[in-house]
Amino acid sequence: MGLARRIALLFRVKANKALDSAEDPREVLDYSYQRQTEMLAKVRRGMADVATSRKRLELQSVQLRQSADRLREQAAEAVRIGQDGLAREALTRREAALVQLQDLVPQREALKSEEDKLVVAQQRLQARVEAFRTRKETVKATYTAAEAQSRIGEAVSGISEEMGDVGLAMQRAEDKTAQMRARGEALDELMASGALEDASLPAGRDDIQAALEAVKGSDTDIDRELAELKGQAGPPPALEPGDAGASESRREPES
Amino acid sequence: MIIRILGEGQFDVDDDRIGALNELDDRLGVAVEADDAETFRSTLRDLLDTVRQSGARVPARDLVTSDLVLPDADTSLAEVRALLGDEGLIPG
Repeated sequence: MGLARRIALLFRVKANKALDSAEDPREVLDYSYQRQTEMLAKVRRGMADVATSRKRLELQSVQLRQSADRLREQAAEAVRIGQDGLAREALTRREAALVQLQDLVPQREALKSEEDKLVVAQQRLQARVEAFRTRKETVKATYTAAEAQSRIGEAVSGISEEMGDVGLAMQRAEDKTAQMRARGEALDELMASGALEDASLPAGRDDIQAALEAVKGSDTDIDRELAELKGQAGPPPALEPGDAGASESRREPES
Repeated sequence: MIIRILGEGQFDVDDDRIGALNELDDRLGVAVEADDAETFRSTLRDLLDTVRQSGARVPARDLVTSDLVLPDADTSLAEVRALLGDEGLIPG
């Protein structure tokens, strides 16, 4: 048997199970309608989930782009002051950030495509559910057993197939979203580790920047203050293991 | 004949195309059995093109079952097998 015929049969078997399970076929109408509205709600939640994942990828792209720009500025700065090693380090990190950025493009497209599919599926299901509701009321109003049986069977099978279709789209979207979420988290960790430079640090500081500034300014405010402090202070307070332990035990328990 | 493309909707295709569509569908079935991804992909593409070109969209108010249900173009063989392997996998 052909593939498409087999799949069509699978859908029909599923619909028939629902029909066979009820004594009064009208019950099937109400039950099915309830399932449909649940399904619609689920699809809307699914759409929101995919959109959230996509937005996160977009945010990461922005951060990576900022990192890359900043690293290039730092590399230029390093070259200006003759620190080629530092410039090389900045460019290496920039390259890594750009690779990650490139990697996000197809991921974002994949999520967008799933999102679009769900939007269309949701609209189609919505229209069908509406049609089903009308049909349901008509059938219930004009109920004569033999007639209703066939009309109910037709409507329920038709909508059941639609729900199966939407359900499959949901599954795929969920799988994709879960994959992307895992990759997104891995990327967040990589960014947080500073391997791609962490431009989101509060003061915008990072080790390359620190190295640049250390080389550059010998008469900056910080250096002057540092010198002053050195002049004022005696030997630095010792941090002995015993002291650390004592202060640890005095600390209030964190709530 | 009513044909559904998963993720896309239902199409009403003239009866004079049935022979050709069934033939393509049989080839698709053979490709799945043989685990032949290349034939599967190209045959599926032909089938989808035929249905889209010669079929008319079924309006939303018509609640009808399909004679054929086609996976969409980027469905992998593994996904098809998962679908066939267990009817319980069809949600909804």
